[in-house]
Amino acid sequence: MSPRAQLQLWAAQRIGAAVLALCVTVHLATMIYAVHHGLSATAILDRTRGNWGWAGFYVLFVLAVSVHAPIGMRTICGEWLGLSDRAVDVVLAALGVALAIVGLRAVWAVFAS
Amino acid sequence: MTDKIDVSVWRGTEQGGFRHYSVPRLASQTVLDVVTYIQRRLDPSLAYRFACRVGMCGSCAMTVNGVARWTCRTHVEKVAPHGVLEIAPLANLPVIRDLVCDMRSFFDKWVRAEGYFHPTATRTDPIVRVQPDTPARRAADAGIECIGCAVCYASCDVVAWNVDYLGPAALNRAWTLMNDERDSGSKVRLAAVSGDAGCHACHTQMSCTEHCPKKIAPTAAIAGLKRATLAALLAGRL
Repeated sequence: MSPRAQLQLWAAQRIGAAVLALCVTVHLATMIYAVHHGLSATAILDRTRGNWGWAGFYVLFVLAVSVHAPIGMRTICGEWLGLSDRAVDVVLAALGVALAIVGLRAVWAVFAS
Repeated sequence: MTDKIDVSVWRGTEQGGFRHYSVPRLASQTVLDVVTYIQRRLDPSLAYRFACRVGMCGSCAMTVNGVARWTCRTHVEKVAPHGVLEIAPLANLPVIRDLVCDMRSFFDKWVRAEGYFHPTATRTDPIVRVQPDTPARRAADAGIECIGCAVCYASCDVVAWNVDYLGPAALNRAWTLMNDERDSGSKVRLAAVSGDAGCHACHTQMSCTEHCPKKIAPTAAIAGLKRATLAALLAGRL
């Protein structure tokens, strides 16, 4: 992988981190609100079902995780496990795709159920 | 304060062990004084490296009680108040013998980071007047007092994990040149310091800044390189 591509990965991970900082804050605040107000699962689903705002927010959240986590894992694999070849990059790219699929499926579930 | 110092000194190469010596304790005694006493009075076979003895040349750095330090300016009373010293070669560098490291990988990385001057003028041009108070010049001045002692390099965990990582000193040098208005190597230098072996590998643990004997902040220089490379990437210049 070229240094330029490595720089692009670094930039993507940092941008992903910035997005996650916002998303995690909103997510935690929403969870605390839901718990403090005693919202049931049904009440929560009533709010998320068909709500494009929440769907868009969690799509952004999932995509940020899918970008951020595999790139961070790539660094950990290289520095701590000594694994830094193309096969690792392919496996971690697959991990990113898997996170996106699982996450988007969950978003779809609370949007369309 | 005891009148003797119990000194353990690494003997051997990568394989070896600590040998113990008892050294008289003196006022204002430096760690380099201790090593020199051992080599001249107790064990002439001890190999170590020094030159200026006044904190200018950067050749006497060693690991003292687990911390990389310049030994000529490190007083025994500050690092060994109880009279026990353990002296080893610098970490993250191959050991040639005893306390002497092979510095080639350290300095080769300065070259790989384009840590050398790319001139814009010739000897026939007039001398450039550099204003000392511009932001760029201040940024350059913050890092130019590096003496190449490799204390930062030996203190860096990323160097230990990633042998290709350029390290704090080379990146600090690159950043000083990025801010030198007389230099023309910015583009090639930004490419050289990018990627997994470059500034983007730094985790901002700041061990380099913590231990630099010249109080330089390579972490700040590396952060500057990160900003500059990102700006160049977004502008399509990298």
